[in-house]
Amino acid sequence: MAKHETPLLDQLESGPWPSFVSDLKAQAETKPEVWDILGQLELSYKDRITHWKHGGIVGVFGYGGGIVGRYSDVPEQFPGVEHFHTIRVAQPSSKYYSTENLRKLMDLWEKHGSAVTNFHGSTGDIILLGTRTENLEPFFWDLTHDMGQDLGGSGSNLRTPACCLGQSRCEWACYDTQETCHSLTLHYQDEIHRPAFPYKFKFKFSGCANDCVASIARSDISVIGTWKDDIRIDQAAVKEYVAGNYPPNGGSHSGKDWGAFDIQAEVIDLCPTECMWMEGDELKINDAECTRCMHCINVMPRALRPGAEQGASILVGAKAPILDGAQLSTLIVPFMPISKDNDYEELIEFIEGVWDWWMEVGKNRERVGETMQRIGLPTFIKVMGIEPIPQMIKMPRENPYVFWQEEEVEGGFDRDVDEFRKRHAA
Amino acid sequence: MGYNPDKPMEGRLTDLGPPHYEQFMPPVIRENKGKWLWHEIVQPGVLMHKSETGDEVYTIRVGSARLVTCMFIREVCDIADAHCDGHLRFTTRNNIEFMVDSKDKVQPLLDDLASRGNKFPVGGTGAGVTNIVHTQGWIHCHTPATDASGPVKAVMDDLFDYFTSMTLPAQVRIALACCLNMCGAVHASDIAILGIHRKPPMIDHQRITGVCELPLAIASCPLGAVKPAKAEVDGKEIKTVKVTVERCMFCGNCYTMCPAMPLADPEGDGIAILVGGKVSNSRSAPKFSKLVIPFLPNTTPRWPETVEAIRKILVAYEKDAKKYERVGEWAERIGWERFFEKCDIPFTEKSIDDYRLAYDTWRTTTQFKFTSHIK
Repeated sequence: MAKHETPLLDQLESGPWPSFVSDLKAQAETKPEVWDILGQLELSYKDRITHWKHGGIVGVFGYGGGIVGRYSDVPEQFPGVEHFHTIRVAQPSSKYYSTENLRKLMDLWEKHGSAVTNFHGSTGDIILLGTRTENLEPFFWDLTHDMGQDLGGSGSNLRTPACCLGQSRCEWACYDTQETCHSLTLHYQDEIHRPAFPYKFKFKFSGCANDCVASIARSDISVIGTWKDDIRIDQAAVKEYVAGNYPPNGGSHSGKDWGAFDIQAEVIDLCPTECMWMEGDELKINDAECTRCMHCINVMPRALRPGAEQGASILVGAKAPILDGAQLSTLIVPFMPISKDNDYEELIEFIEGVWDWWMEVGKNRERVGETMQRIGLPTFIKVMGIEPIPQMIKMPRENPYVFWQEEEVEGGFDRDVDEFRKRHAA
Repeated sequence: MGYNPDKPMEGRLTDLGPPHYEQFMPPVIRENKGKWLWHEIVQPGVLMHKSETGDEVYTIRVGSARLVTCMFIREVCDIADAHCDGHLRFTTRNNIEFMVDSKDKVQPLLDDLASRGNKFPVGGTGAGVTNIVHTQGWIHCHTPATDASGPVKAVMDDLFDYFTSMTLPAQVRIALACCLNMCGAVHASDIAILGIHRKPPMIDHQRITGVCELPLAIASCPLGAVKPAKAEVDGKEIKTVKVTVERCMFCGNCYTMCPAMPLADPEGDGIAILVGGKVSNSRSAPKFSKLVIPFLPNTTPRWPETVEAIRKILVAYEKDAKKYERVGEWAERIGWERFFEKCDIPFTEKSIDDYRLAYDTWRTTTQFKFTSHIK
């Protein structure tokens, strides 16, 4: 394949940030079809429009997802990218790798594909970017047989679940996000590989309310760690913060002189529930009023820790704006213990309750959050067999239009208008 | 041995799922899982986590382009082999993390990274700008309204000093999605760069019969702008669709459902800037980003208008926000009228919502500020 002139892309080789153009050019030296990727991208920079055709359904036998078909609309100019299908490979929890594993995967991808990747896709998968249809089955064979690895999700199915790094390297994770994510991913392989849903469905597991995987903004079921008891306080460490011996917020603001640490201004006054105060040199918290937002813990990680009775809040229905507008997940279960000891029984029961309802009433290409909006939160919780509680809402409704059920109203709905008229002339 | 096309189902393995994560964790991580007590960012890009066992792990965070080659990943592996006993991880925001189990291993690793040109910038921690999460753009997507890797490179080149330092009032999360489908879920970011279309779809009557389920194409439009129609193709009347242009909001959902309705266009497409979203529950509740700049052109190869717009917002925020205040919290405290003024962004009717739930964003109080907008 001929090397193409890329005067526009060449301008993305300068500057301090890593250049994908330089990287692609270096790879093209040993993998000539990468020149065609650069060539077609250069054409897009010139024309200011994409040169990929719409869709194209490809896959491996037995799976309905994991591979996204893609074809060039200028294959004569760039034969190396005539087919340019994407393969999604399910990532290990929290995206830890051994170099041995990565090197093997790279060997495989160089053999069967373009040698171009994304580490990682937005949902979390390893993305292998660009191969031909006839390479898909041989790649899949090698992936499963030589590496013991598998494809992720695409289409109207359960998308590859993702988690934060959790307890592996974070002191705030209130449950084992890695193991939960891994166990549920294995439990739901069929739902990931064989689309049977109205639309995509995502789980994301965050260990605390800082929500490093953006679970509350983009997953249909958000599992976000929290605790029930009191924030654990080390008063000696509080004194160290007050004395200026420990850097606030884990040193995150050290690049600028913000003045001496002020526990009143930086912690107590920023508490959204105003449930903290100083008594002498001791920090006091009225934990019953705390909503566990994480701010004070973020600012004083050596003095404050989440409580010890830990679990997760379960929220449902987040999505990006397409189509009726963006939604954040809605709090449905305030606290659920999350434990491998009972194989995540409660969480699995909850998930399958949501699926049963959504698969029955959800419209084509309707995310569960949209179904909840269309049909209503009261109906959703009723179907789920969950008691209504004020934690599910920001505020009570502001209109009086309640859908009263007949059995809730004394005497029911059936009335005799003739009897009515005997007492009330028209 | 390998795939046998004559017997495709023989010896097939399926539904293996991802490999178990534990085998990939560095020993110090594996041994201290669940035992971490606290952490500190010892310098930009370098974190130290302390375990109750007394162990420490130092993490060096490095930005990456996300769009990377096998060759690049092998270089990453070389570094991890030389310094980290063959282990590494990636973050949700496309950073690479190299971990070492003692302080004396940090500087040699930093030196090694620095010796490799601009490939491995160390930073992305604390009150700064970390890596931009982004989508595919023109490198792979069929519906984009802008590129992804190019604008990200241009913006990060410009904001590089904010990646390697921690001088901002709080962390600033920037994200890019190359169309309104928002694979990048940018809708809850401090600053969102969003590809948008501005021309309604064309109808390819020649192709529509073969490639579209007309009822699906019609149902795909949230505003009912796609309607059944008839057209003449090669002397024959065919069933097709038409678009009521005044109703089109350029979401592109019809094109997703029907390949015969392309809407991308060099002049029509470009970038909108949304600001003030956040995901964390810290202090204030998570919130969506709000549209403050409705359109910037796709000026290849470096999107100077987009780069400048983001810098202006970031500099105004840096000057004015209080410690810990995220962009959205700052904008709400000073009021959006003041935000537009401080960021020197012209306010237009395009920032006033007229879609579903629009009323929630209209001001229904006498409380306002006399900014320059009031003539």
